[in-house]
Amino acid sequence: MTEFSETPGIPEAPEARIGVDTWVAEAEERRARAGGPLALLARGVEAMPPAVRMLVFLAVASTLPFWLNEGDLFSYGLFTLLYATLALGLNVVVGFAGLLDLGYVAFYGIGAYTYALLSSNHYGIHWPALATLPIAMAAAGLVGLALGFSARRLLGDYLAIVTLFFLQAFVAFSNTANPTVAGKGLTGGPNGIANLDPLKFFGYELTSTEQQYFFLLIVFALAATALFFANQSRTGRAWRALREDPLAAEAMSMPVNRLKILAFVIGAATAGLCGAIFAAIEQATVAGNFTVAVLITIYAIVILGGLGSIAGVVLGAIVINVSFQFLAPQSGHPEVKRWLFYGTLVLLVALMKPWYRGAVVLLGTVAFGFAAHAFVAAIAPASWTSGTAVDAGSASTAKAIADWVIIPEGHSSFNTYAYIALVAAIVALRSLKGWWRTAGLIPTLYLTAVVWENVLAPNPAVTALILFGAMLIALMTVRPQGLLGTARVEIV
Amino acid sequence: MAPLLQLEGLSKAFGGLRVIDDLDLVVNEHEIVSVIGPNGAGKTTLFNLITGMYRPDAGKILLDGQDLVGSPAHRITRMGVARTFQTLRLFLNMTVLENVMASQYGRTKVGIVRAMLRTPGMRREEREIKARAEEKLAFFGERLVGYRWNQPAYSLSYANRRRLEIARAMATEPRILLLDEPAAGMNPVETRELTELIGKLRDDGGYTILVIEHDMHVVEGISDRVAALDQGVKIAEGSFDEVATNERVVEAYLGVRETAVG
Repeated sequence: MTEFSETPGIPEAPEARIGVDTWVAEAEERRARAGGPLALLARGVEAMPPAVRMLVFLAVASTLPFWLNEGDLFSYGLFTLLYATLALGLNVVVGFAGLLDLGYVAFYGIGAYTYALLSSNHYGIHWPALATLPIAMAAAGLVGLALGFSARRLLGDYLAIVTLFFLQAFVAFSNTANPTVAGKGLTGGPNGIANLDPLKFFGYELTSTEQQYFFLLIVFALAATALFFANQSRTGRAWRALREDPLAAEAMSMPVNRLKILAFVIGAATAGLCGAIFAAIEQATVAGNFTVAVLITIYAIVILGGLGSIAGVVLGAIVINVSFQFLAPQSGHPEVKRWLFYGTLVLLVALMKPWYRGAVVLLGTVAFGFAAHAFVAAIAPASWTSGTAVDAGSASTAKAIADWVIIPEGHSSFNTYAYIALVAAIVALRSLKGWWRTAGLIPTLYLTAVVWENVLAPNPAVTALILFGAMLIALMTVRPQGLLGTARVEIV
Repeated sequence: MAPLLQLEGLSKAFGGLRVIDDLDLVVNEHEIVSVIGPNGAGKTTLFNLITGMYRPDAGKILLDGQDLVGSPAHRITRMGVARTFQTLRLFLNMTVLENVMASQYGRTKVGIVRAMLRTPGMRREEREIKARAEEKLAFFGERLVGYRWNQPAYSLSYANRRRLEIARAMATEPRILLLDEPAAGMNPVETRELTELIGKLRDDGGYTILVIEHDMHVVEGISDRVAALDQGVKIAEGSFDEVATNERVVEAYLGVRETAVG
């Protein structure tokens, strides 16, 4: 290309670095390069053509049933796919069109209840899934149309308020109002509707987790492809234009209000489909499944993955669902949490520079622990060191931990003081410098272990949320644009 | 020359402030008309009225005899009125090419279902949209050439952003182009280039152009006719020389002699 050569006074492109557009264009690339392993992953995925990306994902995903047991396939495989598909729909509304829709989960619920009403004993209607799934999509889409139409002039915070209100209204309706229709409560109130039919196609029922998983994989692949194509079309461009600048979009011949409603409807229909499948898999639907907590999870997936990126949404769903299920108190692998926790601490210390500083801290912490334990054992009654480690996995591990960490038995206020001491130690650490800080790190790390063994490990439900939150904060700090998202620039 | 755009008795007030007051203006086909006037004269409001961003309190806006008043902005653009913005409003995080493709929304048809199925008709239309976008960008010669097309719009220099806004407006296939201060913030070389470009838009592109401009060299270089506004009222109209020497125009810009000195 000979773009610059004919313009007098402007040097050839390769030499002109400053003041030339390419320099600005490369800024993003340079930022991405500087991002470490996560950025490397992002660029690796970006380098693959979308079709290849999809095929690789499908190939890997279809091997899961062969090496996961049924329980794990259900919680890791099935739910990751369900959340991924659900997040794809939200991505249309939030990622493509830039509308802050906090009512999204209501459409998920509408899909679930539609399926429950049309394929269960509740009203004795037993339509096959081939009919109920499209009806659930249409029902959710229609409600999306109604909500989108009434909120079409709203943007940003105002849209968020209206849609959040809509979600709460939906929960109140299905949980509390439960109007009587044809002699029965329509939504079954807090008990919901149980004993739903399994997904049924041409008389063939999908009852095993494996069958449901492959069905969901097909649904996911179709939804992802359709939404990818939608994004690559004039409508997709118009959505992005509307996200960038609604006024300019309107002036450039795009009917902004209609496009917003369309995004709402497409998102709602996707959620409706997911809701119906979810209800069929669970064989029940209750109002408690469609709350703000689910909304936050779906938003976390979309934001963590990278707003507007379909591959990002899938990766986000994997990261969030897998870690969430893994950390869940009823997870089948409670001991792994401890190794994740200690592993993260050791990794952080090992990354200290220079390397011997990290070594000093690690060895120091181990020695400090045994010394502290021996000291307490010598001066205090036995009950101060007689506690046991929770969920240690093996007896020898439990003993090693109890020999190193002070775990009192029957001194419940100790937990509170340990916690306060840890917070105080971290605050104090911030005002120290150099080797003093290194030295201060040793008791702080030990206190962290004490708090883990006494406070966090025995309360897995709370701990899971804390760890989950910490992970999200860490990931979003490293890559604010999301794992596979592109950083958006707002300069005038 | 037949009148393409006719404004008759156009008025707009914000509260008690009359921004446009009983304005008549005619733009003939293949003509370049400049609107000048001091800051706050109502020039940009005039553009907002024509493009449907505001609704006039009174008066008519006729494009080829068809009244535009009351139509939503996107439909007015589809009828053949496209504009650029004084304070650049590009789709910054979309690529240069996508910006010019996006604005063809109104004159293309394929709906979301066909897009999701990627039907042959949809792919054909996409190719046409892309070809048209490339054709519009090619109008700017080496300034907006190929290697830039896939860069995000925010990577462009200020002058190139102004060019891209014009290209984006051109892609809606307008009959009349409304350029709001196209030379603002440009250096003298760029300003001269722009003057040539606007002439070229009329001569080669066949556009009718209504332009707001403060740079009198540009106004002199491009205008077939000049209309001067002050406080929402048209105070003069005619050739550049006639308007530039008009006493009321000089007053509007510089003030009355006595008060200016005093």
